[in-house]
Amino acid sequence: MHNASKHLLFILAPLVVVFALLPGVYQNHLLLFNFVIFLILAQGVNIIYGFTGYLPFGYVGFFGAGAYGFAIMVMHLQTPAPLAVLVGGVVALALGLLLTPLLRLSGAYFAIANLAASLAVLHFVANPALEGITKGPYGVSLTGTFNPTHAYYAAVVVMALTVGAVIYLKNSPFGLALQAVREDAVSASMAGVNIIKMRVIAWLASALVAGLAGGIYAWYVSVFYPDNVFSGEFSIFAIVFALFGGVATITGPIVGVLILYGIYNLIGFTTPQYFQLIYGLLIMGLVLFLPAGLVSLATRRGWHVP
Amino acid sequence: MTYALVAGVLFGLYFSLVGIGLNLVFGVMRIVNLAHGDILMLGAFIALGVVGIAGIDPLFAVPLAFMVFVLAGVLLYWVLVPRLQGSANPEMLSIILFFGLSQVIEAVTTIFAGTSERSIQSRLLGTVFTTIKVKWFGGRAGGAGPIQIFGQGFPAPWVIAAITSLIAIGLVYLYLYHTRLGTLTRAVMSRRDEALATGIDVDRVSAAAFGIGLGIAAVAGVFAPFMFGSVTPAFGADATVTSFAIVVLGSLGNPLGTALGGVVYGLCYMLVQTYLSSWADLLPYVLLIVILLLRPSGLLGRRVRVA
Repeated sequence: MHNASKHLLFILAPLVVVFALLPGVYQNHLLLFNFVIFLILAQGVNIIYGFTGYLPFGYVGFFGAGAYGFAIMVMHLQTPAPLAVLVGGVVALALGLLLTPLLRLSGAYFAIANLAASLAVLHFVANPALEGITKGPYGVSLTGTFNPTHAYYAAVVVMALTVGAVIYLKNSPFGLALQAVREDAVSASMAGVNIIKMRVIAWLASALVAGLAGGIYAWYVSVFYPDNVFSGEFSIFAIVFALFGGVATITGPIVGVLILYGIYNLIGFTTPQYFQLIYGLLIMGLVLFLPAGLVSLATRRGWHVP
Repeated sequence: MTYALVAGVLFGLYFSLVGIGLNLVFGVMRIVNLAHGDILMLGAFIALGVVGIAGIDPLFAVPLAFMVFVLAGVLLYWVLVPRLQGSANPEMLSIILFFGLSQVIEAVTTIFAGTSERSIQSRLLGTVFTTIKVKWFGGRAGGAGPIQIFGQGFPAPWVIAAITSLIAIGLVYLYLYHTRLGTLTRAVMSRRDEALATGIDVDRVSAAAFGIGLGIAAVAGVFAPFMFGSVTPAFGADATVTSFAIVVLGSLGNPLGTALGGVVYGLCYMLVQTYLSSWADLLPYVLLIVILLLRPSGLLGRRVRVA
């Protein structure tokens, strides 16, 4: 069987089926929803960081932009929710286009500039001077479209699309070219790869995915503040989940989310400081002792990990 | 207007002090110290401790904070950095590693100090000077009043912080350009592998730079309660981004560049605050992005990067 169809059949299909059926057996729907959202975001980070090497430290900027794109459509134009989610994706796409010049920066400069960009968008949206449009720092309330069941299934659909995109990257000449650019941009361009076009496409794809996730998140929670949807935790969690599993693989980010976010909810600390402490130590240990993620444990033994 | 300009320069000098430690660490090791702001916060807590326990002028916290964090920095360097440099992509992973460190610092501080805002009465800073003045020249004892510059009154802590920053920048300059270790440091900054090949003990030089960078950050932190009004354990993250804006605005590996960057930043900050206050929060981020895109090597930098 072809590799790509094998991946679709044995990774994507079970994942979608499990998450489509779980709400029937498991009562904590918010937890399931968060799992799906983080799966989307971790795979979105995987697309840009795993395949191009750009670390999107302000990834949440797209998520928040998607959420506010959704909110503004619903508040001012009374758009139906699924359409507004798409608009959220388009808003994030536009933000991604606006930020494409950042791709000229390399290494840490890009990560810092991206972080600054996400904070700039946050302060822009939360500015009291724009209260008429975004409701400023006072938050939005979208009770009219509130429908967690539909939002959950929309999230599963977007997750399927995102994982599908990663499967495509993993099995196509396009993905291979991207990885070549990541390893050595000069050699790749000598080999005839259009570096700029490649990077921009990957960048916009990961922006779109995060925007859709943000729109669906807004649909699901329906009441939120700028600080919620632009919380740096989304970027950090997504990056750490992806790294923990192992980037540039299909299964790595999935395993990372299931294990780390699972632990997060199992421990369920009552005092956030202790959680923050353990999380910080976990991140440091991860970078120092397992920089290539969990999958490197298997690849080191010579096993192939999709 | 005069007020905004002078306040901008005073704040700017202080901002250079905030940025300069980060500049050293990033310039020498290509490591993004995302925990920079948290070191600042710890410095502020040392000042709080000095005032709270000993009840003396917080200026005494400056040498204490510096010593403590030079030692802590050297120690931390040996624990974290050699292992990090061995990995595939140290620059990127350093961001994540130091993010983890900043989380740990923030959490530990919160556990011990709580989340409430702390501040120090600003008249306590500089009491050592007034005491000396009273001893030598007589006069009335008491806190330092506002200091007059160009006919406008400025809080004494701002002026003291600005002067301390000037001294610290001068010392960093002396260290980099007039000591042997400083010359080695500049060699490592410009080309790490070549420095290694010529037999420079890169790790020792880097450890020293890391320690000094953290020490200066802690010194800047001592003044943070006066410049920003109060500090909380969560204050670190914003301080880090601001420091980055300043460092990039100046240029990497050039302490004079950071001084210039700080002053430009301080002036912009004060002017925006005066005329467009609701947009002042946006400034550091927008400034950072614009500078990165237009002139990635900074105001005083040479062109160094290709592609």
